[in-house]
This record gives sequence, structure tokens and C-alpha cells, in this order.
Amino acid sequence: MPGVDDPKTVTAALDMAGLDALIAALAERGYRVIGPMVADDAVVYDEIASSADLPAGVGDEQDGGRYRLRARGDGALFGYTVAPQGWKRLLHPPRQKMFAARRQDGGFAILPPEPAAAPMAFLGVRACELAAIGIQSRVFGDEAAGDPGYRGRLARSFVVAVECAEAGGTCFCASMGTGPQVEAGFDIRLVELAGHDRHVFLADAGSAKGAEMLSGLNAPPAPEADRAEARRRVSAAAGAMGRTMPAATARRLGEHAEHRRWADIGKRCLSCGNCTMVCPTCFCTTVEDVTDLKGEHAERWRTWDSCFSIDFSYIHGGAIRNEVRSRYRQWITHKLSAWHEQFGTSGCVGCGRCITWCPVGIDITEEVQAIHADGKGR
Amino acid sequence: MAARAKPKLAVWKFSSCDGCQLTLLDCEDELLAITEEVRISYFLEATRKAEKGPYDVSLVEGSITTPHDIKAIRDVRKNSKVLVSIGACSTAGGIQALRNFASVKDYSRAVYAHPEYLDTLTTSTAISDHVRVDFELRGCPINKHQLLEVLGAFLNGRKPNIPQYSECVECKRNGIVCRMVAKGTPCLGPATQAGCGTLCPGTDRGCYGCFGPAEGANTAALAARLAHLGKDDGEIGRLFRTFNANAEAFRKESQSHG
Repeated sequence: MPGVDDPKTVTAALDMAGLDALIAALAERGYRVIGPMVADDAVVYDEIASSADLPAGVGDEQDGGRYRLRARGDGALFGYTVAPQGWKRLLHPPRQKMFAARRQDGGFAILPPEPAAAPMAFLGVRACELAAIGIQSRVFGDEAAGDPGYRGRLARSFVVAVECAEAGGTCFCASMGTGPQVEAGFDIRLVELAGHDRHVFLADAGSAKGAEMLSGLNAPPAPEADRAEARRRVSAAAGAMGRTMPAATARRLGEHAEHRRWADIGKRCLSCGNCTMVCPTCFCTTVEDVTDLKGEHAERWRTWDSCFSIDFSYIHGGAIRNEVRSRYRQWITHKLSAWHEQFGTSGCVGCGRCITWCPVGIDITEEVQAIHADGKGR
Repeated sequence: MAARAKPKLAVWKFSSCDGCQLTLLDCEDELLAITEEVRISYFLEATRKAEKGPYDVSLVEGSITTPHDIKAIRDVRKNSKVLVSIGACSTAGGIQALRNFASVKDYSRAVYAHPEYLDTLTTSTAISDHVRVDFELRGCPINKHQLLEVLGAFLNGRKPNIPQYSECVECKRNGIVCRMVAKGTPCLGPATQAGCGTLCPGTDRGCYGCFGPAEGANTAALAARLAHLGKDDGEIGRLFRTFNANAEAFRKESQSHG
């Protein structure tokens, strides 16, 4: 896990061989290296072996309910925006076995846990994604009721962040204050400069672990011109985002609980749960017990759940959020408003996934804008 | 612990293709475990030996399409402590419920030389339209893991873990990249109940709705999106009118198109 120490190292310039040396060094130290690759018409995060697996020259177009890959016309390896699903599925897996037990002497005995999986190295973590990991580690980091699984996986991980040089179609991280510049929470930060004659990755260490790794790569220091170009690109990306979140209204959605907009959303929303599944901070789970046919062996599983399912609000006697509008309102009000009281931060990092991957393209910023513009429409 | 008497299991067939019963035989690895836990008393597809009721658990496949079916399902209900209907036919009327939207008389004349020998109803309907059902297991065909889950739950006196939310939840958990968003493929997933194991989206196809409507499915909003993706009214109507054509949400949606 990225530490809080500030090693004050010099920015190094890795070439393609240097990037491959980094990937190889991570693998050599026992990390499972996860990075971007093209699969199923998208750039997804999966296990990679070398830079050859990375999506060279691949970009993406994103809009409400629409995602398409495009050829960038250059050789950039990190020229896409964000993958359909973030690092959440690795740190907070969709299905986790809590424990297994077998029947014994009229009671049951807990079976020993399975050995922990190999530590992971994440290559290509965006600023918004680092913010999301930070938020989830706060959610799961509660001293009294934390999630040791999540904390353990994160603590053992190595994070290589890659700063965005362009804004995606549904991005609004600048408006949420989470990006696009990568400032903290990484072991190594890369900025890719993919020019005609020169393809380099400016590398900074963000932790002792990162500094130690970088110094082992023996890369030359980056010239000031490169560093200036990197700064120029990230600030251009920040200015190129087409969406903004009206902060004050977002913070106080609870005051608009009877706004007429909710009924309007209820007609458009499929209540399919996609937004919550792709959201890098949504953390809700359900717990299920399964048994074998004999009833001799039982397992407790924790799986991703969604506040868009009716069962989610089932309490004694029935579900309390039977209408789609009340489920959407619950999700967005928790995410943007109540999250502050609960965790001291917004639950939204502006990655735009809930907009892109909503099958009908409902736009979280547009819904808040509508309530913002028509605050008295209740 | 004293050996408990094995519960008696019966498997019944009404109007259907047998695919859901076959799912029980397809359990293969778990099949011996099943026979250790239950006594298979009536399952003509597996054995000609047939024992009389009453039965502890009856799995019912198929829809009700004839006057004889109506009598037979009442007998099954009377002789079963627990009745679980399995598959799209028994939970929604199946593909044969297309007759509900057409003239059975015209069909019979077109297909049979002597339609006067036929004794059929004008509709194909779900088991629960005729008798009380303890649990409905969806799918065309049903999913083997869900069948084992339901059997295990009833044998151990617990609630089956069979979610009613959308197929999208299952796709996202399995890491499937949305076909509709990433490719523009028409997909019924957002309005369809999870459970198949992402068979179609996992092989680059849209969802065909085999598991019937998800809880509170917003078919109208999905249909509007399908139109936006270029599907005409007739195509949208036909998408909703397949294996679960007579499930209420899909029936109503198909009737408002083409």
C-alpha cells in the first residue's frame, strides 16, 4: 500500500524497455500484475505479462449509455479513459467466501480459511480511481467494524498510477476535486508522453516501496521540457470535461426528497443496478448461506448487492423501497449527500461510469442539475 | 444421528420440451448425492418404476394446455407437500403461450389433417394459474446450480437463494462487458431476472429473456432504448414475445408494439 512518506525522488524517464522492466520487476517480486488490455470491445483491467498486452493506440468514446473503442492514431498505451469496471472487483471482489463449516457433534466446526491469494500490482490507476480506493478504504477501514480482507489486499498491493492526458466523454473528476492530476495514494506515478519521435513515461515515486522499485530501474532523469508538457496535458484534460456536479445541491439532496424529478427518473430508470455495480465506491453486499444437499457442509458467501433490488430494503414484513423512484433517490442521496455524514466525503469521484454503463444513459450530473435548477419544484 | 426417512421426490411433465427435467439428469456429479438424499419416486424420464404418492417434493415442468392437464395438475398438488414449478413453461406458459395471441382454431386447421381429434385449450398458462405453487424456478431451461440450490434449501428447511433482480447484476459480477452499451446489441438483460449464468452476454449476444421478467421490470423504458438502437416496433414486440411471452410484464410490453 502506498505510504505517507515523501521520498522526494527525481522524476525519471522510462522508455518502453523501462516500462517492461517495471512490469517484470513487479512479477519477479511475486505480484500478480493487473493492467489495461483490450477484451470484449473494451479496455478492461486484467492480468498482463508485458507492455505488449497493453492497449496500444486504443482510445474510447463514452457517452450516456454508449461506449466504443476507437483508434487513436498514435501508440499511446494509456490513451483510454477508464475501464468498464474499476479496481473494485479486485480489492472488493464480487463474491467472497466468508467461511466454510461442517456439521460436528450436534453443532458445527469452522474449517480453516484458504491461503491468501498472491499480492496484486495495479498498473494504470487513474486519479479518480485512487480517490475511489481511498474512499473504500475509509468505508472498510473502520476500527470497530472494518473489513480485514479489503485492508489486507490493499496493504499488500503495489499501485502504479497513470495520469490522464485527456478527458473522457463522461468524466467529471475535476468537478469532484478528485482529478485528473494524480497527487497521492500511489507507489509510482507515471505520465505518458507518446509523441512521434519519443515515447516516454515520466515516473515519480509516492512511497518508499515505489522509490526503491524506481531506483532499481536505473532510468535517466526526465528533462524539464517533458515535465512541463505533462503539466500542460493534465491541465488541458481538467479543462476539457463536459460535465459538472452542482456541489451545494448534491450535498443537500435530502432536502429535496419530494422533488417531482424523482417520479420522472422513476419512469426512465430500469432499476437494473448497473450504476451501483460499476461505481468504484458502491460497497453494498448481501450475505448468503449455502448448504450441500446432505446439510453436512455449509458456506457463508458475501456477494455484491445493489440498492436497486427490492430485496435490498427488505425488513421484517416487507420491502420499504418498492418504487423505482425511491430506489434511485436512495442511491443518489446516499452517494452525494449522506455519505458526507457517514464517511466525511462524497461517495462520487466523477469517473462517469454510472453514466456510460447505464443502459438508458441516465446522467447523475444532469439529474442533480435538474434539481438544482428547479430547487423549489417539489 | 438417527437416519431420517428419505423424502420422496416426483418429477412431472406437462406441455414442455423436457429440457428442464433433463437439467436434473444433467446434474451428473451431484446426481448420486441427490439419490442419497431423496427417494426418486416418480420420474418417468429417468425410470419406468413409478411409486404412488403422496410425495414430499414435486418438481413440475410444463404448462397447462389441455382440459386433461387441469385435472392432472390438481392431482399432483393434492399429492405433494411441496410443489416447485420449474422452467419458463411451468412459470409463464412457455413458447407455446404464443397461442394466447393467436387463434388456436386457425393453427389447428393449418397443422393437422383432422383437427377435430384435438382436445386443447385456447391458452397455455403457468402452473400457478391453476394450483398453489410453493416456489417458481425460472428459466428456459432452468439452471442446474439453481435447481440444486432449491432442492438443497427444501431438504434443509431454509430459504432458497434465488435472486429476482436483473441479469445486469449477474453480468457485472461475472465481469461481462455490457453488450448493449459497448456494441449496441439489443438486450433484454435489464428487464430479465438473473440466474442463467450470463450465457448469452458471455458469448457476445444480447439477453433473450429466458428467465422471465425481473422484479418490477421497466420494460417500457427498455423498449424505448431498443427503438433508439434501431429496432422497429415489430422487432421490439417479438423480442418480448418468446419463451416468457405470457409473463405479465413481457406480455403487456409485446402487446404495445407491432
